[in-house]
Amino acid sequence: MDSLVLRTATRYLLPLMLLFSIFVLLRGHNAPGGGFVGGLVAASAYALYAIAYDVQRTRQIMPVSPRRLTGVGLLLAVTSGLIGLAAGDPFMTAQRDTRELPVVGKLGTPLLFDIGVYLTVIGVTLTIIFALAEEE
Amino acid sequence: MTAAILSGFVLAALAPWVRKVARGWAGWLLALGPLAIVAYFTAQAPHIADGETLSASLNWIPSLGVDLAFYLDGLSLVFAIIISGIGTLIVLYASAYLAGDALEGHFYLYLLFFMASMLGVVLANNLITLFVFWELTSISSYLLIGFKHDKATSRAAALQALLVTGSGGLAMLAGLVLIGQVTGSSTISDLLSQGDTVRASGLYVPILLLVLLGAFAKSAQVPFHFWLPNAMEAPTPVSAYLHSATMVQAGVYLLARLSPVLGGTDEWRVLVIGAGAATMLTGAYLAWLQTDLKRILAYSTISTLGMLVLLVGIGTPLAAKAAVTVLIAHALYKGALFLVAGSLDHETGTRDVTQLGGLWHALPFTGLAALLAAASMAGLPPLFGFIAKEVFYKAAYEAPDLPALLTTLVVTSSVLLVVAAGLVAIKPFFGARVPTPKPPHEAPLRMVLGPLTLATLGAAFGFVPGLLTEYAIKPATEAILAAPAQVELVLWPGLNVILLLSLLTVTLGAGVYAARARLSPPARRLDVGARVGPALGYQKLLDGTLWLADWQTSILQNGYLRYYLITIVATTVGLMGYATLTRVALGGVLRQPDIRLYEALIVAVILAATLAVTQVRSRLAAVAALGTVGYGIALLYILFGAPDLAMTQFAIETLTVVLFVLVLYRLPRFATLTSRAARRRDALIALSAGALMTLLVLIVTADPSRTRLTSYFAYNSATLAKGRNIVNVILVDFRGLDTLGEITVLSVAAAGVFALLKLRPPRKEEATSAPLAEAEAQPSPEEVKPVSLPAMDATVD
Repeated sequence: MDSLVLRTATRYLLPLMLLFSIFVLLRGHNAPGGGFVGGLVAASAYALYAIAYDVQRTRQIMPVSPRRLTGVGLLLAVTSGLIGLAAGDPFMTAQRDTRELPVVGKLGTPLLFDIGVYLTVIGVTLTIIFALAEEE
Repeated sequence: MTAAILSGFVLAALAPWVRKVARGWAGWLLALGPLAIVAYFTAQAPHIADGETLSASLNWIPSLGVDLAFYLDGLSLVFAIIISGIGTLIVLYASAYLAGDALEGHFYLYLLFFMASMLGVVLANNLITLFVFWELTSISSYLLIGFKHDKATSRAAALQALLVTGSGGLAMLAGLVLIGQVTGSSTISDLLSQGDTVRASGLYVPILLLVLLGAFAKSAQVPFHFWLPNAMEAPTPVSAYLHSATMVQAGVYLLARLSPVLGGTDEWRVLVIGAGAATMLTGAYLAWLQTDLKRILAYSTISTLGMLVLLVGIGTPLAAKAAVTVLIAHALYKGALFLVAGSLDHETGTRDVTQLGGLWHALPFTGLAALLAAASMAGLPPLFGFIAKEVFYKAAYEAPDLPALLTTLVVTSSVLLVVAAGLVAIKPFFGARVPTPKPPHEAPLRMVLGPLTLATLGAAFGFVPGLLTEYAIKPATEAILAAPAQVELVLWPGLNVILLLSLLTVTLGAGVYAARARLSPPARRLDVGARVGPALGYQKLLDGTLWLADWQTSILQNGYLRYYLITIVATTVGLMGYATLTRVALGGVLRQPDIRLYEALIVAVILAATLAVTQVRSRLAAVAALGTVGYGIALLYILFGAPDLAMTQFAIETLTVVLFVLVLYRLPRFATLTSRAARRRDALIALSAGALMTLLVLIVTADPSRTRLTSYFAYNSATLAKGRNIVNVILVDFRGLDTLGEITVLSVAAAGVFALLKLRPPRKEEATSAPLAEAEAQPSPEEVKPVSLPAMDATVD
């Protein structure tokens, strides 16, 4: 869409929305939020950019392609499960650090899993949106 | 031990990267991995020979009794050393054989993945673990047979092998589960002492049949043997490794492993000996009639697999000893011969024996390996193959049932295998020089090392069988029998009947080899299997399945979204409605609700918006109205204390609008095409779906267990999972596996959308020439035309 207002606004909104999505992701363990919502927010950020500019430019500003994000996300989620296995527990048993951090809570495999969900959701959503938008 | 097995998977994952970095040295570098595994297992041999066993276990799904448990005894040790040892040589060989292939890195990945899976099969100490690794070997075999995926024959052969061994695997799984139910344990080492329980159980015959199906399909026993010769489409190192020395032996391993549990009955003897003998004879009969080196070897492998199954079926201590001895001898000579066939193919451009001859001077080292290995295969003294054949003959000769018949069959098969050995080792290297497609020259070092090492070992063990006997054959025999055994092997047993039979075999074999030009045409005519064989049955079954799939697809997948929706919704309403009305007591469900004004207002807005969706005459307005419905529901979530759901709903609604707009742009102008009757039908279906959902919500909220769940999660999410957001804790921790499944489904859906939209074959003339690899690649920026998203107001009516 050829709108100067939208384009200018998007340039400021994109980093803010991405930051917000990470915030939503991290606080999820103790307050409303989580990887799924966070991923959707991040995906909307790029979708907004794609509406304001075009898909090609959005691909260029993304450090990693959506399809790779999907793969990396799934890999992280599986890895978080395997860590439990390596520690001698059944697959997907949560492993945690004992220290409590602000916002995030205790570091551990559930957070890694949630990051995996976050990346997968971004990847899946944008793969679909970009594929549809690039359709002639 | 666990590390030795699982490190193979890690190495496999790293292989493409190693190939990229180390280039020509990748083969040498990657071979170090299997070599280390050989060293590890060899170091265990003295302990195992002392009667110790090794076990290790990782928790996997303890609630189902499934552990990642491994167990090393004499039998698994022999297999483990064969798998990792030949694996080392194969990696080296393949690095020269496939040098320059664009997918060399992938090849190492598949090969090492297979090696690790195969180690898992022979070391697994849990029935389910065994099954999982078993299937992984089928999958890696599929990838390796179809390695040259641009050839239709490769793909068909890969699919055939996967379907045959995979179906057998499923039957085996059922059998293994039944064993677990009968004995109450799925730990293999515990089962060994529970044979009587299994044999006395009423489920014994189904168990036996199912397990045998799996083993026979994997080990290419008649009538499932047809997939193995077709699997020769794989690159030759793969044939040498998977389809002679290791994977096809998995069935033999399973039978040997479970013989203390399932063996010893009449059913066992009839079925196992019968299949083994039939396979032994069929394989040998077809082997010498082939002209393709690899097919000769494939059929002779089938024959040897039959021999091994036969020996396991006989089940006497002598037969068990013979099985282990033949297994080792076969792995050495057949691995070598396959690699020789690969070298010949690689250096001369053909592997048709009629086009090969007099190559001894051109390929002296390969020729030497061929000669040694073939002599071992033919059972000539002083090679290890001779000892193996002596023990084998003795086991058949002294078998408790039908010794005369068995001995006749065994000798007949061996005679034909002598002919086959002559075809692969004498015909190409001696006699008149035949012009070959490529000027022949010796293979590179890495391709000589493998066959020569294996062939030399086969010769050396003939002279010093004692070492092998003490550390490998005796412990393995005892493991098969689950009892102590006296095991000795000697090169010169003295003049007796067995030796005379050996002499007869070689003489007859040489005679048939010399007269093969006259004998093979009539023999070929006798081959009725080609006309009515099981391969034909496979094809018919496959065609039938495809026809059925086609038929039901044309009915169910008619291509109209509205009919899909009708089918899904109507089926759901029908089934769930029936179950709800017949099973659930509806009294007390309908109660006086406690509704506040603002709640009623939101519901009114939702209802009005829903009605608007069906009535407006513009798609954009419909999308907007649908968005209103979504936001209204999100508001309700907030009111009822589900902020997580509300957030997700808001985000989803936003993205849905984006998606709608992307799609709307491409739709034709809005028009009402459906008839009044069709709309009435749709309304009826929609209303019944809504009524059902309402009813379900009422039932669920009236269920007292709901509050138990809430308090359970409220209490445990903070104490067990250290999180205060119950929804998130359930998603990532309590039900994390479900979430993993869901994101996997999401990814598959994205891949599906991508494939539908992006991987369509180009309509123009490049449709035939565009290679698959290009279509799969990330579209480059030039290909992707910048598309500005349409302005919402301008393009949609």
